This record gives sequence, structure tokens and C-alpha cells, in this order.
Amino acid sequence: MSTAVAQLHEEEDHGHHHKETFITKYIFSQDHKMISKQYLITGLFMGIIGIAMSLLFRLQLAWPEQPMGIMSALLGKWAPDGVMDPNVYLALVTIHGTIMVFFVLTAGLSGTFSNLLIPLQIGARDMASGLLNMISYWLFFISSVIMVFSLFVEAGPAAAGWTIYPPLSALPQAQPGSGLGMTLWLVSMAIFIASSLLGSLNYIVTVLNLRTKGMTMSRLPLTIWAFFITAVIGVVSFPVLLSAALLLIMDRSFGTSFFLSDIFIQGEVLHYQGGSPVLYEHLFWFLGHPEVYIVLLPALGITSEIIATNSRKPIFGYRAMVASILAIAFLSTIVWGHHMFISGMNPFLGSVFTFTTLLIAIPSAVKAFNYITTLWKGNLQLNPAMLFSIGLVSTFISGGLTGIILGDSTLDINVHDTYFVVAHFHLVMGISALYGLFAGVYHWFPKMFGRMMNKNLGYLHFWVTAICAYGVFFPMHFIGMAGLPRRYYTNTAFPYFDDLANINVVITVFALIAGVAQLVFLYNFIHSIFYGRLTEQNPWRSNTLEWTAPIKHFHGNWEGKIPEVHRWAYDYSKPGHEEDFVPQHIPLKEGEEELQH
Amino acid sequence: MTILLTLVVLVLVAISIWQITKIFELSQPKKENTQVADDDDNRWNGKMMFAFLIFIYAITLFSFWKWGDVLLPEASSEHGLEYDNLMWISFAIIFFTQTITQALLHYFAYKYRGEKGKKALFYADNDRLEAIWTIIPVIALAGLILYGLYTWTDIMTVEENDDALVVELYAQQFNWKARYAGEDGVLGDANVRFLQDFDGKNLVGIDATDPNGFDDIVVQELHLPAGREVIFKMRSQDVLHSAYMPHFRAQMNCVPGMITEFAFVPTITTEEIRQTEDIKAKVKKINAIRRENSQELIAKGEEALDPYVFDYLLLCNKICGASHYNMQIKIVVETPKEFQKWIDNQQTFAEVIQ
Repeated sequence: MSTAVAQLHEEEDHGHHHKETFITKYIFSQDHKMISKQYLITGLFMGIIGIAMSLLFRLQLAWPEQPMGIMSALLGKWAPDGVMDPNVYLALVTIHGTIMVFFVLTAGLSGTFSNLLIPLQIGARDMASGLLNMISYWLFFISSVIMVFSLFVEAGPAAAGWTIYPPLSALPQAQPGSGLGMTLWLVSMAIFIASSLLGSLNYIVTVLNLRTKGMTMSRLPLTIWAFFITAVIGVVSFPVLLSAALLLIMDRSFGTSFFLSDIFIQGEVLHYQGGSPVLYEHLFWFLGHPEVYIVLLPALGITSEIIATNSRKPIFGYRAMVASILAIAFLSTIVWGHHMFISGMNPFLGSVFTFTTLLIAIPSAVKAFNYITTLWKGNLQLNPAMLFSIGLVSTFISGGLTGIILGDSTLDINVHDTYFVVAHFHLVMGISALYGLFAGVYHWFPKMFGRMMNKNLGYLHFWVTAICAYGVFFPMHFIGMAGLPRRYYTNTAFPYFDDLANINVVITVFALIAGVAQLVFLYNFIHSIFYGRLTEQNPWRSNTLEWTAPIKHFHGNWEGKIPEVHRWAYDYSKPGHEEDFVPQHIPLKEGEEELQH
Repeated sequence: MTILLTLVVLVLVAISIWQITKIFELSQPKKENTQVADDDDNRWNGKMMFAFLIFIYAITLFSFWKWGDVLLPEASSEHGLEYDNLMWISFAIIFFTQTITQALLHYFAYKYRGEKGKKALFYADNDRLEAIWTIIPVIALAGLILYGLYTWTDIMTVEENDDALVVELYAQQFNWKARYAGEDGVLGDANVRFLQDFDGKNLVGIDATDPNGFDDIVVQELHLPAGREVIFKMRSQDVLHSAYMPHFRAQMNCVPGMITEFAFVPTITTEEIRQTEDIKAKVKKINAIRRENSQELIAKGEEALDPYVFDYLLLCNKICGASHYNMQIKIVVETPKEFQKWIDNQQTFAEVIQ
């Protein structure tokens, strides 16, 4: 059936798409490749804001309440005499979290590479619906604009933590950020969710229906499997966050009591009766936990592809890799309660969620071991993309292992919401997914822009970032185990923590260096778009279909017919072949057997 | 000022690194530069991978050597010992796995770095191997899950026994209050609606129509008798808070509109723990830091810091607004005798509202 649809699509495509003006080509483009670039550039822009914010609050944590010129320069009236206001500190951690999780690592990562690679790697001329795809991007753009705009409102942006638990987020009396700033946050996120849903539906339909002839599901590259399953998780869980956001808007603006009850604040008893903040927590984390995998799976998919290509070896255990993606996706929807062990919910539920949570370690372990085995006896081409992929496996292991502690309801009691958690999730999803994003950019830059990025700057970027990532987050486990809560404006209020001050300085110094290292990447990225070396068609000698498309972009991807697929994507160094790679569109030789995977 | 200087230095370092790479690039003979890794790159980065493995081990060892003393302070509650056991077992498993897998990953990256003309091994599958590394985590996790669930049930099952002390922990922006049940051992009903009764003297909103409430005692300092089970009933009047007592391995959210529970038996009095070697060393270290900071403050014409004396901590651990970082209440764990003496001297609700 997929063939029939593909052919239909092909014929259709010859009809239009030829007359392109500046606006339809660069702005309201329906071409997946252009939309992918738009996602990437918007995502990077948001990333700069998010990372800059983290550096600001790291400065405050290392040298609390010391006047700094940079604070008054950047924060103006919010940093009187160069000292950051506590409310601003909370706003910065809130917006940093929101931007990094949703705008950079969901839209920036998944949006960029799903859009670029799904049609190109499955052999389709475009997404199933170019129009929906365009709308999806522009909704994302609008939500980004609103989120950035919220930084400039009088009372400041949302400041209730990226999880925006009510009542703090529901009551403007509770903190200044819960006024207009929170309204904008909610509106921005509602639009973001709409964007994400449109995108995801499009990815799912495209993968299911527009595969080229011969591209069976069991021949799909692991990137596509990852994007596909990510989209499914998104469609299942994002609507629940939307409902939580809508109910919260009702509580805030229309006097309902979904999440609020028995509140006395600023000398006044409020009318709310019968609601429960715990209900909000359930709704939030029903998205919030799958979100971790929405962020991580695309990064793992990208890594699978890059590690196989650069090892010049088939990915080890293709079937197990697909199975573990499916297992992770399924389990991810039944573990949300591990964020709520001490929320006041029934302890029995804690037992159930401990069980399901620790199960996730099994498919994760399979993935890690399969990556390591793929390297074994390879002929590793240590390109920058490959370094970031290996780095991802390293931080995925280091961060994932501490999940054994946090997923265990008992152990969670004493490390819940401490810096131990911050260290854990930054390594396992923040840094890992960011490495996935960088790996993807270095690897597919030639496909996106027709030029190569500078490899030496890439090496510099990787090694400085890799050292700093551990330098920042490894010591953080220690201050967490010492009992230091997260989201504290300063640790000086409790002299008990005075001996942690020097660790905080170490962390901040590493963070600053890491921040500077990202400028190297930014320079390399922008410079290479215009002046990078022109690329060959298949610079990494890769098997997947995107490298059979011409370097110059045009709407429709391939001139003439779409290539047919005759083998899986991982025939690297296959015995009986001259070259160490055999692209998917090369027919089997006489007597050659396709691997039973 | 020093910070501004540090920043300037950092920026300068960044610029110089950038310039150096540029010079490095320009000075290289114009060989074929395809921006794809060649043998030199593979060799160099392979070695870096090995060095990075050593870096990971080094930073681990360094952190433990330098900061190991701040990890998990001594447990001061009965279930704390059980908790610590489970924690160290989990840690052992984590370190074992981390050491081995990072070694394999980075060593392979070094050992199998690419060379022109070399061919990789075509090795796509091995069901046996995959079964092994599925089953090993299954066994390890089954053990951890069972042990964890056993401990969890043990900690979280709050049995109402007559012997236990019932204490309400009451959270608000940005302080804590405690309410003791008084002689009848029963906390009177309470609701935020009653907070404004009796000219604001009704600090936690006790319902004056419930006779159980009259002997309740509301205080701003938390006293606990060592060796007796304490059942905490937690409430919040405004937003979410979380009562976190790291030395007792205890934490529970305070949720407006509902009462949450946590129970433990404190085992070591404040006086006793101040005499332990660990705490003495910690206090000494902190006071040295504070003296140093005081000198800076005095030089600036500000007041010196008070010397530090150890007290148990109760921290708010759920973001609750501007002063989230500074919600304080003093905890005193004392002998049952001292506790009785203290509580006999407190005013009951009936006395307060008279």
C-alpha cells in the first residue's frame, strides 16, 4: 500500500511546488527541509537564552548576594545594586527549565531532525501534510515569542518552577511571577502543545504511509524508529498537560477549584473548596515523565545512526534496539508517580511506581550495552558527531545509574528535590539530549546546508564541553547527598551548608567555561553556513537514503524517481563487498543474503 | 569586582582559544582538508578518549577524597539505619556498573580508533550476549526492588499507637509552626477559616467548637523526645511546602486542603549528636570558614557572622516563593524527661484565647 501512496504523492508533486517566491521558500515554506532549518535556528536561539539564564543563576549561587556588574547590566531593576532579587532567581530557574526542556530539547531537537530525516530517510517527497507541518512550526514560533515576551512584563515571568505546581502558580498573591507572567506561560505552552501535536501526527502518518518501495518497518533506520515512537508518546501524553493547563487557567481566572482548597493568604481566606494540588501533579507528570523520553529517544536514535556509520559496523542488536525503544515508550507512560513519592499520595501507589520505574533500567541497560558492543572491533571514524554520540552514551550511563536511587521510593525520601536530582536529570536527559542535538547538527549539517562544519572547532567544542559537563554535575551529586534543596536562592540562610560553598564555586566555574565553549559551536555553525567547505554528496559514506538525494535542495527531494530500498540501513563492512558500506538502495548481489534481523 | 575580573578573564581566554585554533588552522600545510576525520584525528581523539576515562575516574576519586565528608550525615532516626543500608548497597551497584561500562566505552573508543584500510568486523547480533545483559540487570533490580519495597512499607506504615507523640507541622509562607495534641493525645479539628478568630491569636486555625482542641499547644520551636515514635500530621495554609529533615531521613509535602503524614523515632538527642566526632569536625570546619568570611565583612564595615552551633535541620523543600530558601524552625531532640518539662511550660490553646 505504501508504494501506491508514494506513487500518488509523486505524481501530485510534479504538479505544484515549482513556483516559489521568497516568502514561500524561506518563511511560509511547506518544504520539510526548510521547516527543519527553521526549527533548528529557533531552537538554538532559545537555547542561547536558556543557557545564559543558567549562567546568571550559577553566578548567584557561587557568590551569593555579592554585587556584580553583569547582573545590573542584564537584569536592570531586577538586580538592585547588582544583586539578583530572590523572585528573579526563581523566575530564571523556571524559564531556564521550560525553555531547555520544551523549546530546545523537544522542538529544537525532535522538530529539527524528525522534519529533516523522516521524509529523506524513508524515501518520501515530503511530509504527509506540508501545510500542517508549516502550521506546526509557526505555532511553535508564536509560542516562543510569547515565552520570550513574558520575560519583559512588569512583575516578571512565571517563577513557580518549570512544573508550575499550584497553588503557587495559581495565586498572584503567592509570588509576583504568578500574575501576568504565569498567564503568558500558560498561553505559550498551550500553543506549544498544539504545535507539538500537529507535528507528531504528521510524523506518525508519514512514517506509516509514505515509505518508499522496499522500506519495510524492519528496514527502517533506528533514527526513524525513535522519531516515530517519540511522536506516539507525544500524542498520548501532551494532551494531558494541555488539560492540566486549561484547568489551571480556569482556577486562575474563572474561580473554579480543581486544584485549590482551604487557602489563607495575605490575611484573607480564599473561596476555593475541594480541589487538590495532588491532582495537578498527577496530570503534569503524566506528560512530565514521558517528556523525558520525548527528549531522549530522538537523541538515542540519532546516536544509533551516527555510531553505526562512524564505527563502520552494523548497529549491534537491531531488533533489541527497536524492542527497547518500544519498551521504554510503554513503560514511560506508567511511571509518572515516581515524581510524587512524598506528595501525600497513598504509599501503596509509591510501591507500584517504584516497581515500574526500576523496570525501565532494563531496556536502558540493553541500549547502553548494545552501543558499547557496536564500538567493539569497529574502525571508528572519530568525527565530531561521533565524539558527541560516545559522550552521550557516557552521560546516559552516569546519569541513568543514579536513577536507581531516585526511582526507589525509599531512597527518594531523603534526596527528593535536592541537588542530587538536579545532577541526575541534567546528566541523563539534559546533557545527553544536548549531545544528541550537537551530534545531529555536526552529522547532518552537510545535508542541511550543503557545506561542512569545521572539524577542529568541533573537537575543541566537544572536549571542553565534555570535561565541563562532568565538572558541573558530578560535584552536584555531593551537595545533594549533603541535603541541600534545589531552587534555593542562596545557601547562606543555613550555616550548616557553609562548607558546601566552595563546591558551588567549582560548579559555577565549570559552567562558565562550558558556556564559553558553546560560543565556539555557534561561531562554527554560523560561519560554516556561509563559508564552510562545500560538501560531497555522501561525506560520511553512510547507507541511509538521505545521502542519495542531491546536495542542492529542492522541493520533492529527488529528481526523477524515488530510490527503492533493498536492504537494511546497517550493511557496513559487510563481507563480500569492496567498499565498507552498502547503501540501502543497492540491490542484493546474486547469492547475497539479507541479514535476518 | 573580582567576579567581573573573572568574567573578563574567561572571555579573554575564550577569544585566545579561538584565535589559537585559527592560527593553528592557517599554519597547517594546505593538505586536502575535507573536514572528515582522517587518521591523525582518529589517533588524537582516540587518545583523548582514553584520557577522558582517566578524567572520569579522577574526578570521582577527587570528589570523594575532598568532599566525601558531606555525604549523608549520620542517621538520627530508627529507620535511618535501614535507609542508609539500602543507599550504600545501591551505591555499590552503581559504582561497580559505572566503573566497568565507562571503561569499556572509552577503551573501545581508543582501541578501535579508525585507520585507513582497516576493515571493521561485521557483527550484527548475538542473542546469547543480549540475553545475558538483559538478565543481569533483571536480577540486580529484582533484589533492589524487593529490598526497597520492604523498607518503604516499613517506613510509611503509620500505626496509631497510644504511646506515639502526635505533632502537627504547620507550614506557611515563610515559616513553620508546630502543634502538640496535649493531654488527650488528639489534635482538635482545624481549618484556615478559623485563622482570624480571637484577633489572630489562633495561629493554626483550631476549631474552637471542638473540645479536643483546647489542650492543644501551638509553638514556634519543634521539640522531640528521643526514643519515642513521633507521628507528624502536616498541613499548609497557602501553597505547597515540603518538610525535609535530612538527618532523620524524613520528608513529606505539606498540601493545602489535606493532611499528610510521616512518622519516625528520633534516636539521638541534640546534645548527644553535638558530641560526636563527625559533627565536631563539621562544626569546626564551618566555623573556620565563617571566621574567614567575617574578616571580609569586618573589613567592609559590616557585622561579623555568629559562630555556628549544630542543630537538626527542617528545610522547606518545595518551591514556595521568594523566601523559600529561608524557612526556619529550631528542632530540639531531647530526653523524654526534658521534653516533658518543656511542654509543661507551654500555654494550651484554651489559655492563649482566654
